[in-house]
Amino acid sequence: MIKLNNIVASYTTVRGQVTAVDGVNLQVPSGYIVGIAGESGCGKTTLLRVLYGDVRFPLALERGSVQYDFCDDNGQVVTSDNIRGYWFKRISYIPQTSMNSLNPVIRIRKQFVDFRHSKKEKAEVLAEVRAYVKDLGLPPEAIDAYPHQLSGGMRQRVMVAMATFFKPDIILADEPTTALDVVVQKGILLLLMNLQEQMKNTIFLVTHDMGVHYQIAHKMLIMYAAKAVEFGDSGAVFEESLHPYTRMLIESLPTVGGDRMRQGVRGRPPSLWDDLHGCRFAPRCPLATELCRVEEPALKEYRPGHFTACHYVESS
Amino acid sequence: MGLIQYLAGKIVTYLLVLFIGITITFLLPRWMPGDPIEGYLAQITTQAGQTLTPEAMEELRQTLAELYGLEGSLLSQYFGYLKRVFLTFDFGPSLASFPRPVSEFIATALPWTLGLLGTSTLLAGISGNLIGLLAGFFHNRGFATVLEVIGVVLYPIPYYILALVLILLFAYIWPVFPLSTTIRPGPLTLDKICTIIRNSVLPALTLILAGFGWNILGMKALAYSTKQEDFVAFARLKGVDPWTIMISYVSRNAILPQVTALALSMGGIFNGALLTEMLFSYPGLGLLMRTAIGGGDYNILYGTITMSIIAVATAALVIDLLYPLFDPRIRYR
Amino acid sequence: MKLNLRLKIGITILAVFTLSSVFLPFFTNVDPSEQGTYFRNIPMSWKHPLGTNSLGQDIFWFLIFAIRNSLLLGVAVSLCTVFISLIVGLSAGYIGGWFDRAVMLFTDSLIAIPTFPILIVLGTLVRGRTNFVILGLILVIFGWAWNARMVRSMALSIREREFISTARFSGASTLDIILKEVFPYVYAYMVVGFINSILFVINTEAALAIIGLSKVEIPTLGSIIFWALNYSAMFVGQYTWIVAPVVATVLLFLGLFLTSTGYNELFAARRGHS
Repeated sequence: MIKLNNIVASYTTVRGQVTAVDGVNLQVPSGYIVGIAGESGCGKTTLLRVLYGDVRFPLALERGSVQYDFCDDNGQVVTSDNIRGYWFKRISYIPQTSMNSLNPVIRIRKQFVDFRHSKKEKAEVLAEVRAYVKDLGLPPEAIDAYPHQLSGGMRQRVMVAMATFFKPDIILADEPTTALDVVVQKGILLLLMNLQEQMKNTIFLVTHDMGVHYQIAHKMLIMYAAKAVEFGDSGAVFEESLHPYTRMLIESLPTVGGDRMRQGVRGRPPSLWDDLHGCRFAPRCPLATELCRVEEPALKEYRPGHFTACHYVESS
Repeated sequence: MGLIQYLAGKIVTYLLVLFIGITITFLLPRWMPGDPIEGYLAQITTQAGQTLTPEAMEELRQTLAELYGLEGSLLSQYFGYLKRVFLTFDFGPSLASFPRPVSEFIATALPWTLGLLGTSTLLAGISGNLIGLLAGFFHNRGFATVLEVIGVVLYPIPYYILALVLILLFAYIWPVFPLSTTIRPGPLTLDKICTIIRNSVLPALTLILAGFGWNILGMKALAYSTKQEDFVAFARLKGVDPWTIMISYVSRNAILPQVTALALSMGGIFNGALLTEMLFSYPGLGLLMRTAIGGGDYNILYGTITMSIIAVATAALVIDLLYPLFDPRIRYR
Repeated sequence: MKLNLRLKIGITILAVFTLSSVFLPFFTNVDPSEQGTYFRNIPMSWKHPLGTNSLGQDIFWFLIFAIRNSLLLGVAVSLCTVFISLIVGLSAGYIGGWFDRAVMLFTDSLIAIPTFPILIVLGTLVRGRTNFVILGLILVIFGWAWNARMVRSMALSIREREFISTARFSGASTLDIILKEVFPYVYAYMVVGFINSILFVINTEAALAIIGLSKVEIPTLGSIIFWALNYSAMFVGQYTWIVAPVVATVLLFLGLFLTSTGYNELFAARRGHS
């Protein structure tokens, strides 16, 4: 179980402090692909950074912490305080812009070993790497090449290889397929699914593309305006959404054979600079009442394993 | 484009630049107001303090015209000139030290200039880029700002000011080094080597300081912007230690535009070197030119210009040819 | 418009230099280049703030006129070079194709060729018969290349943006785009190029003057140093004669450089880079 304990994280900017993640309190069971969805600016990338432990100026973790599902050498559970020591050892990160995430002047094989993740000899590690990448659909010569000699899809596979080679407990993927064309996208997604099935670890996948979530996420976390508004099995979240925002998001997805006009979600998220009271979705919500505007709904478990933050869950 | 195409392109550009440069030097004397031959004859007569007979004058005029290659049509002169310069490096005889060939003077002076330029560019490059890298990588720390200020102050100072300041400080107020170079010809003994070094320090220091500022500022900006690149961010997230990031990730990428910039600035550096040599009486091409100016020795002057153009273009070409060693994106595909 | 520190310092220095060189000369009716006006080698005093030199000239006034002449030459030549480089660069950038390549080859050659030796030869050939105008002309001929290259790359990037913009807008809005987006962009480049050109001109003229190839009777920053060197100012202890122009040159160049980069920084920030 990965515990997110009341996480509040904010950025210091020239205009002041803006809280990008405002009190996310969640317990995520291990061993699943967890999709994090939401509009731009909802806080999903910030949450990912907090989960990774990449918290440095101007980002600050003001309150709360993360408790991970693995322990250190002394048997103590690893938390946000010491997660940095486990970067690319037990937790890894697949960044958004894979086009430019590899050093262009160094061969790829060197970039597999320049972060110390094991005590073995470099030659030994490289031999293992070569064997490993074959399973990922990469020719072994790719390791000896320079990044510019590989296609975009192959480069992304290299990133996935780097992030999974040492079998981490947690993988964080930030928009891993955004810059790729649809065919290559599918390949990467299948790859991630297969790896997760083999390694039985947890993958947190951030993307605004609901279609990607639909394909591979086991659990879904929906975020809105720095708050978590729904969390549960992806089947339940997609078919029987509890939160009106989630319903609107899903309805904006195209379906095969559907000829219905797509409904966009009208309005915009509130500015995080303003003083916000009550439910943040209220201005756009068809079910909103005075109660919603005044009192913020808490994230509660309404069905087994299915959480949402809404006053009017029953009436929908 | 492949490596072969890159190299070929650079060589073609090199030849074209040489071609244009040599053409300019060819056309120069023929465009300028005043007839250089007349000017020289006038000079000889006033210096010699006697007048030549009209026949002797005419003979001299003919000889000079031939030597200058001013006989025949412009086109034939041009080809003759090209042939002489490229095939035999023959720039004609020196006018002041007739009949010693200009190429002899240049051959003696050129190694000094190349040596001075080479060592100072190397030293300025290594030190300046290193400091610029540190300043850009650690741009938050206090010392980075100090280093940047040093760069900003040094960069706009022209060569002659640097030279004069150094002369003032170290050859006059604290007379550690000689005011002007006195290297006697002779065998290469240890003593001579010491003399050479002693005389070279101030001119070299001038060139080094001038290049230092340029390198610091350039490298700092490049290191800083490279640090914002995605692959540097990812390296950090992988847990690569900061020194490895600075060396393998930042510097190896930031140095690439610096190398290109160095190739482009060879002309400017050379200009500075010539001026510095003149001020220090350093026995390179600069001093050769200065003496030639005084003596009205046009042949040496033309020869030196041509040599300068060839030297600068070749230096830039060498740097361009070495560039693929730094950048694998040019080396492969 | 919030000016950054560099720009503030740079403009202050330049303002001091420009204003003093423009207005102060009205306060004297002595021609400082005339020799023997005063007694020689008078040390610094209220009447002669920097003393006089071995030629009987007041150093302070000579310096003021020198700054004025150097700046005048710099500005005049730079206006011409900026104009020429605009034409060359814009045409090369917009016409493209073989024209662009040919022009750029020629321009790059001018940049790559060390111009100083050529200037020396020219200076020697016209020595004695030169005047400031011819010198300026020569500097123009050799000075436009670097700026032209800058203008061309700017033209190329504008062409790209224009492409996208005109695809989205049409009619009168294109003019709007040109005035509101393109022009400020061009303007910023031009200002930076102009200032750098002034630096180049003053620098080159001074370098030529020091070795005696310019018209050294006219006071410029370079000619002061020429005379000071010729009369071995250092040996006779005439420190002000040599130090004053050195300090003045350094400050002036620093001012030009800071203004140029400060302006560049300011404009880059406004454009949205950082």
